[in-house]
Amino acid sequence: MDDLLQEFVAETRETLEALAGEIVAWEADPGDRARLDAIFRFVHTVKGSCGFLDLPRLARLSHAAEDALAAVRDGDRHPDLALVNAVLGIVDRIGEVVEAIDGGVALDDTSDDLLIAALAEDAAPVAPVTAQGPARGASRSVRLSVDLLDRMMSGMSDLVLARNELARRLRDDGAEPAVEASLERLSHTLAEMRDTVTRTRMQRVETLFAALPRMVRDTAAEVGKQVTLHVEGADVELDREMIELMRDPLVHIIRNAIDHGLEEIAERRVAGKPATGTLRVSARQSGNQILIEIADDGRGIDVARIAAKAVEHRIHTQAEIAAMSEADRLDLVFAPGLSSRDTANAISGRGVGMDVVRANVEQIGGRIVLLNRPGQGLTIVMHVPLTLSIISTIVVGVGAQRFAIPRQAIEEIVSVRAAGVRLDRLGDAALATVRGERMPLVALGPLAGVDCAEPQVLAIVVTRDGHYALGLDAVLDTEELVVRPAAPVVMAAGLYAGQTLPDSGLPMLLLDAGGIAAAAGLRFTAAAPSEDDADAAVAVGPQALLFDDLDGQRRALVLAAIDRVERIAGSAVRWTGGRLRLVSGGTTVPLHALTPIDELAEVTLLRLTDGETELAYAIAEPADIVALPATLAPAAVPGIAGVAVIAGDQVEVIDVHALFAGIALPPAARPLCLLHADAGGWMDNFLRPAIEASGYRCVAQLAPGETAAVALAMDDVADPPVSAAANLVRLRRSPAGGPDSIYRYDRAALVAALDARVGAAR
Amino acid sequence: MTELFLLAQIAGRAVAIEAAQVVSVVDLGEIVAVPRTDPAVRGLAALRSRVVTVIDTGVALGVGRSACDARRAVITQVDGHHYAILVDALEDVAPFVRRPISSGLALDGGWGAIGTGLIERDDEPVLAIDIAALVPQPLAA
Repeated sequence: MDDLLQEFVAETRETLEALAGEIVAWEADPGDRARLDAIFRFVHTVKGSCGFLDLPRLARLSHAAEDALAAVRDGDRHPDLALVNAVLGIVDRIGEVVEAIDGGVALDDTSDDLLIAALAEDAAPVAPVTAQGPARGASRSVRLSVDLLDRMMSGMSDLVLARNELARRLRDDGAEPAVEASLERLSHTLAEMRDTVTRTRMQRVETLFAALPRMVRDTAAEVGKQVTLHVEGADVELDREMIELMRDPLVHIIRNAIDHGLEEIAERRVAGKPATGTLRVSARQSGNQILIEIADDGRGIDVARIAAKAVEHRIHTQAEIAAMSEADRLDLVFAPGLSSRDTANAISGRGVGMDVVRANVEQIGGRIVLLNRPGQGLTIVMHVPLTLSIISTIVVGVGAQRFAIPRQAIEEIVSVRAAGVRLDRLGDAALATVRGERMPLVALGPLAGVDCAEPQVLAIVVTRDGHYALGLDAVLDTEELVVRPAAPVVMAAGLYAGQTLPDSGLPMLLLDAGGIAAAAGLRFTAAAPSEDDADAAVAVGPQALLFDDLDGQRRALVLAAIDRVERIAGSAVRWTGGRLRLVSGGTTVPLHALTPIDELAEVTLLRLTDGETELAYAIAEPADIVALPATLAPAAVPGIAGVAVIAGDQVEVIDVHALFAGIALPPAARPLCLLHADAGGWMDNFLRPAIEASGYRCVAQLAPGETAAVALAMDDVADPPVSAAANLVRLRRSPAGGPDSIYRYDRAALVAALDARVGAAR
Repeated sequence: MTELFLLAQIAGRAVAIEAAQVVSVVDLGEIVAVPRTDPAVRGLAALRSRVVTVIDTGVALGVGRSACDARRAVITQVDGHHYAILVDALEDVAPFVRRPISSGLALDGGWGAIGTGLIERDDEPVLAIDIAALVPQPLAA
C-alpha cells in the first residue's frame, strides 16, 4: 500500500481512538463546545486528507458531517439527539471505511446516503448507534522508525557482549550454582529476544515492488514500447536492509529488459508476438534464499554478438572466445564495459551495467543466474540470502586465527586421518582424495599467511565452479552470526565475504569460498574427472535416507524422493476412502504406514514428492544418510526395490516408484502370517521365504497386541494356535490327503488357501 | 574562519585532525589480523557491538610500522565504514584557523596525500590532515 495512505490510516485510527471518549461526552452534553470542536476537527482533517489521497467516499461522508457541525458551531443549529446520533453514525462509518482500506476489503456503501440524509435538520430520528458489528480487524501494530529498530538491534548485540563478559568473569571467579542458573536464564531470554528483534527487521518485498508499475510505465513510454507488468510474490519477506540493497539491481535489470530485451513493436509483430511485451517480476522463498525473478518475452541475448563485442573491445581474443562454452559466452554480458547495445541512450547501454549489478548482488552474498531463450526472452534470477544479518556458519581455526565459513558452502567435513582420505602432492599442487574422489586441496594456513601445522581437518567446499578441499587445523563450532560487509580495503583481498562479531567479542572474518579458490589459483574445468579411475572401482548409487520403520526394520529410501521429514500429531491421520490419509495444509496426502498410527502420539513422517504428487511415509526414526551401492539384491516382495548391504547390515530399499504408482502392496498391507513352528525348522527355513515372497509377513510368535491374519501349522501338530484357530491352514507331509489340509509343497494351493483365508477375514 | 581540530601525534609528528572527521577517541582491545590485505590494515577490532578496521598509520604514511602495542586510536567514518586510525598520542581539542601550506614546502609521499593545510599553535606550525585519506582505497577492479 502507498506509504501516504498507510500513514493516513494509522493517523485516523489513532485519532478515532482518542475521539471515542469525546464522542461519549458530547452525547451526554451536546452543548459542550470543546467536545464539538474536537469532533469537528476530526472530520475536517479527514476531509482534507481525503481530497489529497483521492478517497471520494470518505470525503463525502466527512464533508456532510463537517457541514452539519459547522452549522452547530455557528449557532444556526441546535445539537439535538438526532444530530448527535447522525454524526456518531458518520464517525463510526469513517472508522469502518478506514479499516476496510487497511484490510484491502470492499465495504458496502449503500447506507452512506442514509447516514448523510440523517444529518438533515428535518430528518426522521434514526435508531441510536451502538458499537458496530464488523469491528476493526484487531490490527495490533504500531509505527516505528527504522532508526529505532537499528538502535534496538545494536543494543541487542551490546547486551550479548555484556552477557559474555559477565559469563567470562563468573567462570574465572567460580560462581555459585545459583548465580550460574540465573545467568543461564538470562542467556536463554537473550537468545529469544535476539530472534524477535531480528524478525522486526523483516519487510515484505512489496515495498520493493510497489514502485515498479510506475517505473515500467515511464521507461516503456520513453522508448516507445508497450509493456504489461505482472508482479507475483509481493508478500515474501526479506530483511529490510536487503530490500534496500536489491533496489538498484532490480531497477537496472528491469530498465535493461524494457530497453534491450523487448523488441520494437514492429519487430514483435514480425516475430509473431503480441505487440505488448510482457514482463514478469516474482519473488519466492526457497530454503534460506529468496529468488527474485525477472522474465521478459523479448529477443533474449544474442550471444554471438556479445562475443563479437568482447573481441572488439579487446576483452577477449577470438581464440579465447572460441574456446569458451556457451554458458561462459553468455556470462560475457557481465563483463565490465560491455553492452549488447550499439548506441547509448538515456536509459541504458552505456556499458555500466550488468557487471555492477552482479557485483552488487554478490556483495550481499547472492548470485545471479541467466536463462536465455534466444528469440523468446530472457529470465534473470537473483538468488539472495533471506537476511543479510544472520548467516549460519562453521567456525574454523588455522594457527591462532579463526574464520567463519558459510555453512551452505560446506558439503562435508572429514578428518585427514579418516579412512578413505588421503593427501598427495602432484608437482607443486596438493591433492586430496576423499572416498575415491579427487579434488584440489587448499591449505588455508599458508594461503592466509598464518603460521600453522599441516592440515588436520578437511572441509569440502562447494563453489559455483567446482569443489575443493580446504585444509584446516580445527573445526571449532557452528554459530549463527550477524555478518556485515567489511571495509572496502578488506573486501578487496578477495578472500572475505564479510565481517562479524561473534559471542567471543573478537571480530571474525567470513570466508568467501569462491574467493579462496581464486586466490589459490584453482581453475575448474567443466570436464568431469574420468570415471575409469582404479580408485573409483566401487561404483556408488544414489544417496538414501536410512531409517527405522514402524515395524522396527531398518529400511532406506532414496533421498531424491524425500521432500522433508516432519513430525505431526497422530490425530491428523485417518483411514478414509479406502486408505490411510493425512491432513496437511487443507488437503489430504496419502500415507503409508506399516502399523496402525497411534492417534494420541506424534508421528514422524517422510514427505515424498515426485515433483507433482505428494505422499507421506510414516517411520519410527530417521537414522542416517548413506550412499546406496550401485546394485541391489533383487527383492521378492513388491514394494521393496531391493536389499542393500550398508555397513554390513541388510537394509530393505523401498521401491519409491511402486509407492507412487500405488500398485504395490505397500508393506502395510502385508498380512501377518503366524507360523506354528515345527521342531525341525522346516517352516522357518523352507516355508517362510516362499510365503513372504507372496506378500505375507511371517512371525513365529505374536507380539503383544498383534493378531495374525492367518496361521499355518502341520497337521500332525497337536496344539494349533488358539488365537488364530478360525484361520488356520494345515499342511500335510504327503501329497495324498483329505481336503482339510494342503500338501506342503503344493505352493499354488498353499498361497491360494492363504489368500482365501485372508480375503475372507477382511 | 576557525575550525575545531584535534591535536595528535602520529608517526612522531604533531598533526591537527579536523574534529568533524572524528567520531570518537578510543583505546582498542585485541586486534585480529586480516590476512592478505593491504599492509596498512593492522586488523579488525571490536568497538562495543561494532567492528572497526584498524589502520596502521605508519604503514599508511609509508614511514614504517607503528608500534605493535599501539592501541590508542581515532575513530572515523568513511563511506559508511568505521576505521580506527592508530595514533601515538592525543593532546587537545581547540579551534584554529586553517591556512594554506606554505608554498615551496615539499611534503613527502604519504604526508603530501593527507596534508590539507597549516594551523598555528603558539607560533608552532602544525600540519592539518585529512585522516580519511589514510584509509587505503582498494584498486578499482
